Amino acid sequence: MADPVFTMKGVTKVYDTGGAKVHALAGVDLELPGGELAVLLGPSGSGKSTLLNILGGLDHVTDGRVWFRDLELTAMRDRELTRYRRDHVGFIFQFYNLVPSLTARENVQLVTDVARDPMPAAEALELVGLGHRMDHFPAEMSGGEQQRVAIARAIAKRPGVLLCDEPTGALDSKTGIQVLEALHQINRDFGTATVVITHNADIQKIAHRVIYFQDGRISRIQENIERLAPADISW
Amino acid sequence: MQALDRKLLRDFKRLWVQALAIAMVLACGVSILLTAVGMYQALQGTQEAYYGRNRFADVFATARRAPVSLLPEIAAVEGVLALEARVSGFANLDMPGRAKGAVGRILSLPESGPPQLNLPVLRSGHWPQLPGEVAVNAPFALANGLVPGDRFLATLDGRQRQLTVTGTALSPEFIYTLGPGALMPDNLSFGVLWMLREEAEAAYDMAGAFNDLTLKTARGVQEEEVIARLDELLEPYGGQGAVGRAQHSSHAIVDAEISQMKGTAMVLPPIFFGISAFLVSMVMSRIVALERSEIGLLKAVGYSDAEVCLHYLMLAALVALAGIAIGWAAGTWLAQLLARQYAFYFDFPFLIYRVSPWAYALSALAALLTTTAGAARAALRAARLAPAVAMQPPAPPRFKHSAADRLMRRLRLSQPVIMILRSLLRWPLRSAMTGLGLALAVASVVASSFFADALDEIMDTAFYQSNRQDAVVMFTDDQPERVLEEIRALPGVLQAEGQQYAAAILRHGPRMKRVTIEARVPDPDLSRVVASDGSVANAGPGGILLSERLAEQLGAVPGTLVEVQFTSGRRETRQLPVTGTVKQYFGLGAYMDHASLNALFRQAPQYSAASIAIDPSRQDALFTRLKALPAVAGVPVMTDMRRSFREVIAQQVIVMNMVYITIAVLITIGVAYNGARIQLSERARELASLRILGFSRREVSFILAGEMMLLAVLAQPPGWLIGAAIARLAVENFSSDVYTIPLVLEPAAFAGASLIVLAAALCSVLIVRRRLDRMDLVAVMKTRE
Repeated sequence: MADPVFTMKGVTKVYDTGGAKVHALAGVDLELPGGELAVLLGPSGSGKSTLLNILGGLDHVTDGRVWFRDLELTAMRDRELTRYRRDHVGFIFQFYNLVPSLTARENVQLVTDVARDPMPAAEALELVGLGHRMDHFPAEMSGGEQQRVAIARAIAKRPGVLLCDEPTGALDSKTGIQVLEALHQINRDFGTATVVITHNADIQKIAHRVIYFQDGRISRIQENIERLAPADISW
Repeated sequence: MQALDRKLLRDFKRLWVQALAIAMVLACGVSILLTAVGMYQALQGTQEAYYGRNRFADVFATARRAPVSLLPEIAAVEGVLALEARVSGFANLDMPGRAKGAVGRILSLPESGPPQLNLPVLRSGHWPQLPGEVAVNAPFALANGLVPGDRFLATLDGRQRQLTVTGTALSPEFIYTLGPGALMPDNLSFGVLWMLREEAEAAYDMAGAFNDLTLKTARGVQEEEVIARLDELLEPYGGQGAVGRAQHSSHAIVDAEISQMKGTAMVLPPIFFGISAFLVSMVMSRIVALERSEIGLLKAVGYSDAEVCLHYLMLAALVALAGIAIGWAAGTWLAQLLARQYAFYFDFPFLIYRVSPWAYALSALAALLTTTAGAARAALRAARLAPAVAMQPPAPPRFKHSAADRLMRRLRLSQPVIMILRSLLRWPLRSAMTGLGLALAVASVVASSFFADALDEIMDTAFYQSNRQDAVVMFTDDQPERVLEEIRALPGVLQAEGQQYAAAILRHGPRMKRVTIEARVPDPDLSRVVASDGSVANAGPGGILLSERLAEQLGAVPGTLVEVQFTSGRRETRQLPVTGTVKQYFGLGAYMDHASLNALFRQAPQYSAASIAIDPSRQDALFTRLKALPAVAGVPVMTDMRRSFREVIAQQVIVMNMVYITIAVLITIGVAYNGARIQLSERARELASLRILGFSRREVSFILAGEMMLLAVLAQPPGWLIGAAIARLAVENFSSDVYTIPLVLEPAAFAGASLIVLAAALCSVLIVRRRLDRMDLVAVMKTRE
């Protein structure tokens, strides 16, 4: 197995929502190998997004420790977490989260402006097949195109890891597959470790590794000996 | 340009109407600060430079006739640096081609070289070198079309002579030039004439003597001590009491203007900056709420808290920049307008009417600080927003049950009305601040429109009730009683009443005040003292009647005995009871019964001046005769004074009202438009839902407009109160020993203010309503909150 890109030990996360305590994560141990495409599967509220947020340095653990390679995320202060996100993490969200007042190219530049060694914004957009749509505003693009802009934005910084929260959740099957193809291609060509949250079970077939979540715990982990190409799946 | 900067500019472009509405309010603050600070500096700088260069004196004294041999003794008084003894007098001028005469103030010029103090600046021609030559003050020359070489007739101490103009000049003593008995500068009928000392001595019988003395004192010297010593020295020679700069009329007026500018700079701009800060805060809070997920995204991709914070502060800074640009433009224009006004009233030989770069910098800094302070809370909230939380939709606002709900239920209010009321109660601070903003707009109109009513009251009292005469004939010296018969016999004189003036120092306990006591016959018809109930007030035999302001300054009430030290006539000191006080708008009036005063002086009745009523058809003949009478020092024409007062004041009031109404409208638009836009933004889904449920456009608009208009209506009473308070403050600030302004608050002023603000609020809300009408219901429902 390749060196782990993420290591988690005994991670718990408790949300205090006015009296009632919710255990979003209840003692998670996990190692994710570098270069892999991992899929986190599980019902709503099972803790997938919380885990992703913690891996991305967006949220803090209640207990336990988390490492990105040899950086201990749980020992970092906010300023260092910002640095970590800036240098290593590419995010992709269900609702694309593009800035509506910026064009596709400018949305990508938002990242390349602050990243340490980014690729040109145009190149990132070419990679996701949007070279011809660079100067369009989000409102002028389809959902699939917007999500591909979000992917271009995520990969433009040449991140160590891509974290995708329901990247196809708001898309139909055909455009969803286009987006998965883009992710697949990045993972294959750049060896970028990619974590995809979904509750679409069909997507697991493209992953190296599938991690099942249930009630804030990992219920099982499955390695795919044979992976399918995104074009070969449907839902 | 960085992508984040581009977002900034596009956001600004998208928000431009709201940004402009705020920028306009901010611009009010910037322009007023710029104008007030700029003009304050300019006036003070010009005044200081002028006084310094031309050695404006510190102490001014007059005497009947003091020998020049007294001067070494005066010069030896501790603290006296320099002195200038002059011969001064009034002259009745006969300007060629004009029936009405003019009054000239003669000042002697030393034979040998320029004066030590109050150095006049020659503007054209040369100084007089021969008898019969005079230099005149430049504004008088301009008004009368005089150029060097022109001639006119003048009666000095009863003897008429021809004077030739050799040059025109300005003096630091006459920056604001008021003729005797005048309320405003009138350069046509009052002029200053400088003539050689020898000629002035001869004209006023002052050989080897002087009657006018000015002193320069050393820094740090107690002025009161110098004045006291000077009064002692001049006492045997008819000294009429020395005064410092504070009681020098030209200096006092210029100083009052300077301190008024300072007051304006300190009071008004903070109000505008406060409102702007509130508006920025309201809009920025909403933007941060709307861009919640974008903030989460920025943080997710690695922007630091500080960068996010700065991004929103920069948006506010752009609003500030717009406000500064508009404010600078308006302020520069306003300063020029004011400079023109000053040029009209004040005669400076050089103009430093330039707003300094420092004033521009200060106003810009204040605007930037304002918007930064306003945006700080929202920007910090954006900075503190945890990225994981920011990506989640916000929790819906918490509405709680309260006593108000029970009340609303009991009142059986409709759902839309309940929605309006609950929204007001849900954000009480925001509602209160919005209401306060609108109240300040109302106050702005009330506080300025009161001025017009106050001036009407002044005009009515001063000109139509008190001073009803057409002109005042001033005598060179007190004349025996029969002079009135001679005046009545002049062509065109319908009526004549005599007055006698006596300079005096009034004392009560430690307080003292220099005044001119006017003695009048009981129940006069032309020049009257009118009590607030409209009745004619008489001093009564043996007592003294004081204006309210004077009584207040002396701490005297009716019945109080005040010490009256006459500095003219027999120069005796008497204890007189205050027989009454009377409200007056001009000067510090003190009145005595004519017979009583002459009895005190143990002399036959005399008059210093006569008020006359004139038959207009014969006035030219009258003025021609008056010009030739040796005993007449001058004839101020009240009808001219009334006209010019009304014209000048009316123009100023119109300008002032326009400015304040504009300000009120800008504030209202700033507050109401932004408030309604934010409501629309917050409630777009709610209102769209209502439309889908079958509410009509009108019903939905009612909810949107209702909240703002309810606030606007609620803001009226506090607005009136604040306006009345500001008016009261303004009255106290404006009032000086020269003028007092009454606080006249007519219901019409309140109604007018409310009408303007409610109309502006309604227009603002209706503009927002158009957006509501155009709203794409489906698209709004689809957006993620």
